[in-house]
Amino acid sequence: MSSLAEHSVVGLCIPIAERSATIHSDQYRLPIMTVTAPNTVTTIIGLEVHVQLKTETKLFCGCKTQFGAPPNTQVCPVCLGLPGALPVMNDRAIELAVKAGLAINCDIPPMSKWDRKQYFYPDLPKGYQISQFDLPICGEGYLDIPDDENDGDTVRIGITRAHLEEDAGKSMHDEASGTGDTRIDLNRCGTPLLEIVSEPDMRSSAQAQAYLTQLKALMIHMGISDCEMQEGSLRVDANVNLHINVGEKKIATPIVEVKNMNSFRAVEAAIEHEVVRQYDVWQETGKTIKEEPKTTRGWDDTKEITFQQREKEESADYRYFPDPDLLPVRILREQVEAIRSTLGETPDQTRDRLPGQYGIKPYDADVIVKSGSQMVVYFERVAELSGDGKRASSWVQQDVMRTMKDRQIDVSDFPVDADKLGDLLKRIAAGDIDNSRAKDVFNHLVDNDQSVDEAIQSLGIESVDSSEIDALVQELLDANPKIVEDVLSGNEKAVGALIGQAKKKNPNANPQVIRETALRIIKSK
Amino acid sequence: MALSELEVRKLALLARLELSDDEVRKLGPQIDSILGFVNQLSELDTEDVQPMTTALDVDNRWRADVVTAGLSNDQALHNAPSRDDECFRVPAVLGTAAAKNA
Amino acid sequence: MFDSASEILSLQSSGEATAVEIAEKTLAAIEVSQGKHNSFTHVARESALAAAAAVDAKRGSGEKLGPLAGVPVAVKDVLCTRDMPTTCSSNMLRNFEPPYDATVVQKLRDADAVIVGKTNMDEFAMGASTETSAFGVTRNPWDTDRTPGGSSGGAAACVAAGSVPLSLGTDTGGSIRQPAAFCGVTGLKPTYGRVSRFGLVAFASSLDQIGPIAWSAADCALMLETIAGFEPRDSTSLETPVASYTEALASTDLRGLKIGVLRNSIDTDGLDDSIRAAVNASTDAFKELGAEIVEVDLPHSNYWVPTYYVIAPSEASSNLSRYDGAHYGHRASDIDRNTKDGPLVEMYCRSRSEGFGAEVKRRIMVGTYALSEGYADEYYNKALKVRRLIKGDYDAAFTQCDLLLGPVTPTSAFKLGDKIDDPIQMYLCDLFTVGANLAGVPAISVPAGFDAGGLPIGLQLQAPVLQESRLLFAANAFQSITDHHKHRPSC
Repeated sequence: MSSLAEHSVVGLCIPIAERSATIHSDQYRLPIMTVTAPNTVTTIIGLEVHVQLKTETKLFCGCKTQFGAPPNTQVCPVCLGLPGALPVMNDRAIELAVKAGLAINCDIPPMSKWDRKQYFYPDLPKGYQISQFDLPICGEGYLDIPDDENDGDTVRIGITRAHLEEDAGKSMHDEASGTGDTRIDLNRCGTPLLEIVSEPDMRSSAQAQAYLTQLKALMIHMGISDCEMQEGSLRVDANVNLHINVGEKKIATPIVEVKNMNSFRAVEAAIEHEVVRQYDVWQETGKTIKEEPKTTRGWDDTKEITFQQREKEESADYRYFPDPDLLPVRILREQVEAIRSTLGETPDQTRDRLPGQYGIKPYDADVIVKSGSQMVVYFERVAELSGDGKRASSWVQQDVMRTMKDRQIDVSDFPVDADKLGDLLKRIAAGDIDNSRAKDVFNHLVDNDQSVDEAIQSLGIESVDSSEIDALVQELLDANPKIVEDVLSGNEKAVGALIGQAKKKNPNANPQVIRETALRIIKSK
Repeated sequence: MALSELEVRKLALLARLELSDDEVRKLGPQIDSILGFVNQLSELDTEDVQPMTTALDVDNRWRADVVTAGLSNDQALHNAPSRDDECFRVPAVLGTAAAKNA
Repeated sequence: MFDSASEILSLQSSGEATAVEIAEKTLAAIEVSQGKHNSFTHVARESALAAAAAVDAKRGSGEKLGPLAGVPVAVKDVLCTRDMPTTCSSNMLRNFEPPYDATVVQKLRDADAVIVGKTNMDEFAMGASTETSAFGVTRNPWDTDRTPGGSSGGAAACVAAGSVPLSLGTDTGGSIRQPAAFCGVTGLKPTYGRVSRFGLVAFASSLDQIGPIAWSAADCALMLETIAGFEPRDSTSLETPVASYTEALASTDLRGLKIGVLRNSIDTDGLDDSIRAAVNASTDAFKELGAEIVEVDLPHSNYWVPTYYVIAPSEASSNLSRYDGAHYGHRASDIDRNTKDGPLVEMYCRSRSEGFGAEVKRRIMVGTYALSEGYADEYYNKALKVRRLIKGDYDAAFTQCDLLLGPVTPTSAFKLGDKIDDPIQMYLCDLFTVGANLAGVPAISVPAGFDAGGLPIGLQLQAPVLQESRLLFAANAFQSITDHHKHRPSC
């Protein structure tokens, strides 16, 4: 990581008024710009983002990485760190890491290696984490994010590196038993993470937010990660400090690494809180980066403040050294190029293309793109087969995504594949089946491995003969002279009341056809 | 370069070993003499030598991303010094000096 | 008792003995020897008899039998076994029951071998005398006041005592070869990566290898053939197909083989005269077998032990971090919740201090120091560079000859207690053996005579990477014209 202190002060400057500690002690908010004696303050932000790679198995063993399994059921001798067990790396994790690196324009060095980062903690059963110290899998890169100052422009955020590492397990404080024990679940232990380290190039919490949004969309779109913050598959640490110009002098406040933020909103709030806090502390103590290079603080989401994490008795000494159980990773140029060729469109490009191609709204295109590239593929197939992009978009966003969410499944495992849904929607467009019966068919297909035809048959849906409809509508019109009257006096909507009755008598009757038939009969009178 | 008792104790804490006063007194000089002995290596000029991290000239040993059978919860917890129905149990991690830094 | 593993195989195929009878006889011999030598941490009487009965049943029904069918085998207690404790001779793992078998153990079972128990060792394989075991010292069957060597002391002693024909040891710096030499048996450390380390409780991962200890080179070949081979669960395992080691023994004609004598080792001041004489005499034997003798030098051999005693403890300090009382192994009781560093750190420090013995603690401390901030370049990283120089010496030497010949140990078996309080004297036991571990090459210790006190002397042959066949071919030829390996202690 490049030293923050060396970084030149450019970009957004926030003038902060000279204030006494009491004015704002009740609330930490960015001060209103009432400049009295201005010190020019620049906020310097670098982010470390951990994304969980979307693999079936862990980084060094064949255990599942599924979220939410009962404690200590997705474990084996390797991830439990049992004596004698040895790690073997997951080829898919390497591939996804390289893909992620390419997506954020990183160099992929020809060789990287594994190192042990050593510390004792009960969620780390080997007493070390396998990580990458000096030769990460992805080198320098960048990500362009929208510039909130100048519409249409972008700001380039440097990427220092991205490295692979194994996740630790989960510690849970047991309050119930009264023993004060901690309970340890090692299911998550060994899950592959890619830590993406940015340069300290962001100058505001809004930029940090934009960077995270952009990065998340990219990782989901490329199928690299699910980026579910609630499930811990995306985690953010923020390095924040201030560069303050005091007359001719330029000072930097100590760097604070803020941890444990559980949403982008929290990242934003934590940065804003740190800006004010660090300025106040500097005013009070005059402490700069020279006296105290770096500290770690936690984030309290309820109080919306950062807090000092307990001082360690010993300074951290991770004693990194190359893991002798693993061999170096050598990635040939051809392999990098092969992975590059699978990158395809960026999310931005897809988002721009979909509305024109399928006649859907930019908002809907955005929702589909944000759900990842597999969802885009699914949507496009449905749209093409059904010949109706708008209908495809509406079904994908409502029925498909809702069912996926309810059942916690991926689009790749979705029981109604794109071909089936396309077939079904095509029949709606052709008037063979109405929308509500189509929903019944869809719900049936979710639970039954059948073709659309088979589902229609199982549900007893039959297409209704037009003479049958004619007879049915005639019968209903005879029983409802008021409706005939209303229509004749110009209120065509009145036939709507017939539809419910018709459906009761024959559930297979298509509402559209009933409406049309009723109007035809009335007007022919 | 004799190690002071304080240094021995700091090293022991880093290695998570509790040493008695007697052990500290004995270990200090022993570690000193071992370090002095291995320090013969400083005689050699290794300026242009690449470090050798493995005894093999092999790389890229990968496995396919395929699920393999693991252990049951009971097998996983079989050797645990303290456990409940689901988890390993350890003394409280909160409020300890070992606060995780990773 | 028996003369060889192959004899045990032919007794069964000829119908002269059943596997159960052989197992009974072996277990009885172990029982007698155990009281005198303490070679075992665990004798698996019941499972051994069951395995032997299964072999007999298989034979009875005409099923195909594995290459070690009915042959009793002892396993060093650093290798995981799912039906026996795996203690590493440490209080830390006194009650540890692995849920899985080491690959080598699985291979032995697949070969229909009969595993008779787990052998005693220096704690976590750290030592050269088996005196650091938490289960008591093992005694040398040739002189019970003396050490069998270490760390595979129990593995060598049970073979020397004549009770078990084949024994699995591990060798990180000489832990197969030195005890083999002290006990008058044959022991082979294979090429790094030839035998899977999956299930071998790690001491120093870049140096550890598993290998056979037996009455002869021929029996070592038989066992190595069974345990060697690629293993997808060990990233450092080699993919090269396993040669037929037993077939390599068909001839004893060494014409065309060039043996490089390590003159500097032989002339070392610290080498006992009797060992020097035995090594020189063996050189003549190889000449007699047709080999050409040249003199070679490994210029950095003086730096082997210092290099080893940085790398091995560094890796060990890391490998042994997992023994912290949290998930398995010993945990201290009555944790004081109000100490300065908190209850968790207190639990860690006390569990580790109670669970580990003095030598293990010493090496953890040295290794932690060598890897720590500000010292890693001076110690650990420096040693990695010197290791490359040492490997380079081997590469150069093997352009001049096919095998290297020299001593295994500077002295014959020393008295129990002689070196236990002097770490550096103990470390110097590895003077001639650690080179092969640092370079990753295979090496064998072969009985080469006896000193004036009647204690065995070993001869070491080293070969280029993956040339185990050549090593066994030469060792077998040597044993075809000598009888040092046929002597048994009168115990």
